[in-house]
Amino acid sequence: MSLEVIRGRCWVFGDQIDTDLLAPGPYMKQPLAELATHCLEAIAPRFAREVRKGDIVVGGFGFGIGSSREQAVQVLAELGVAAVVAKSFARIFYRNALNLGLPALCCETLQVADGETLEIDPLAGRIRNLDRDVEMHCPPIPAELLDVVAAGGLLPWLQQRRAAPPA
Amino acid sequence: MRMPATLVEKILARASGRDSVMPGEIVTCAIDLLMMHDSGGPRRVASRLQALGARVWDADKVIVVSDHFAPATDLESAEILALTRRWAATRGVKHYDGVGICHVVLQEGGHVQPGMFCVGGDSHSPSGGAMGAWMVGVGATEITGALVTGTLWIKVPQSARVNCTGQLQRGVSAKDIMLYLCAQLGMNNDNYAIEYAGAAVRGLPIAERLVLCNMSAELGAETGIVAADQHTLDALACAGRAFAGDLSHWQSDADAVFAMQVDVDADSLPPQIAAPHSPANSAGIDTLTDRVTIDQAYIGACTGAKLSDLRMAAAVLKGRQVASGTRLLIAPASTAMTAQAAAEGTLATLTAAGAILLPTGCGACAGMGAGMLAAGETCIASTARNFKGRMGSADASVWLGSPYTVAASAVRGAICDPRELLA
Repeated sequence: MSLEVIRGRCWVFGDQIDTDLLAPGPYMKQPLAELATHCLEAIAPRFAREVRKGDIVVGGFGFGIGSSREQAVQVLAELGVAAVVAKSFARIFYRNALNLGLPALCCETLQVADGETLEIDPLAGRIRNLDRDVEMHCPPIPAELLDVVAAGGLLPWLQQRRAAPPA
Repeated sequence: MRMPATLVEKILARASGRDSVMPGEIVTCAIDLLMMHDSGGPRRVASRLQALGARVWDADKVIVVSDHFAPATDLESAEILALTRRWAATRGVKHYDGVGICHVVLQEGGHVQPGMFCVGGDSHSPSGGAMGAWMVGVGATEITGALVTGTLWIKVPQSARVNCTGQLQRGVSAKDIMLYLCAQLGMNNDNYAIEYAGAAVRGLPIAERLVLCNMSAELGAETGIVAADQHTLDALACAGRAFAGDLSHWQSDADAVFAMQVDVDADSLPPQIAAPHSPANSAGIDTLTDRVTIDQAYIGACTGAKLSDLRMAAAVLKGRQVASGTRLLIAPASTAMTAQAAAEGTLATLTAAGAILLPTGCGACAGMGAGMLAAGETCIASTARNFKGRMGSADASVWLGSPYTVAASAVRGAICDPRELLA
């Protein structure tokens, strides 16, 4: 997960965007690129076709509820989504996002509409809506996990640790 | 001075090598048991382990279960299953290959014991809580990390207690408790580990406790747990893995702090049904006024096709027939349960009623096996989730109910209160 500032156009969804909407079961056997074309098609057929690299997905409460399938994170990354911001995340989706390097920030007071631009500083826990010139705050990433996040995810972190075991 | 602790806090303290833990702390816990299945398991971790040049930290603590793609319905499934088989064999890892759904075979095999810290590569892993253990689900990357390090970080959740008083009435089951809770508490309870307690829970067999813990995933909780008691010890002895620990330690202290308590009056709880497309769209079946005709009734999955679930269905179906124009599909949760259902006559009752028997496995619940739905079709299922598109077409409608309710609805061809048929 990059700790740099992210600026992107938003796609705004409601509460409880579940893993079956993000990565539909019937396509789970297909390669990631194919699965990604079905991301959110049940509620937003345009999304997978029209989302651009660097866009931000915004959700309500319980974003990513459901399965442990990390393809729910990977399809978003595959489509170029730069970050997900939600009022709250389902616990496995949140862990998967950190582990896979997709910035995921939790902001209960988020004010944003479809198509507006957000600027996210994941390290400071600050989100700005550039269209409305308002600033919102979110809890920063827990200090205990910053190393993993700074490394770009769990596997790169394990790789670094194995290359240079702690003294 | 001794700090009062909940059951969950005691397990996390033990697993993280501390005297006590506080909600909100992040602790690193040593894993006693790691389970992964064919969908999120070897298929997704093998190449990552290879890239890391890493080995499994302790093959004796790892169990692989093939259930999502088993038995193979196409070439992709067959290849995934073959890869899973090869990986488990070459690592010397215990592999349940198409003989049952992961959460159910772990319990049948006595692998999960009171006080253990377990992790599973599946969101319904809280099912392990039925044995008085901590078990949580994670994704495949995190499973990879856990396989290498033998540890998992946990943000210590607040403990919540669901206190079920009284006794469930005829035609009402653990599934109804969970659908009721999904409606009451919603699906965003991620700060909580939920301990299910009270007379109604103590009276439930392990298979029904598994449903409580299993559907803690639908509440969005960190996990669910039921403190071990004589039922637990009997189940472990039956599996040939008698518990040797101190049962009295693996209980919440009488003065432990619960951040939330919810009371459920089992005596007055009616059967519940969840309308499409969320378990949280639940209500008592008596509130349903419209006739909802169904094309398919599905008894399947870890949540809803154990031997106890098959018996519930049989109690309704005995001497009755599935309605014309409706299909009742039953995919038992394990082959051992199928065998037992056959030996005791339960299976004959189901098939005589016209039920179509499907192979053991996650099947249509995960949108992967037999029993998928076409656009415009309506299904009632004993599974845990009815998210849009989960069981096939995004234009299908899935309702959730207990095995009693699913079986009764199959008989009527429309959603039906099972108490009408059990009276």
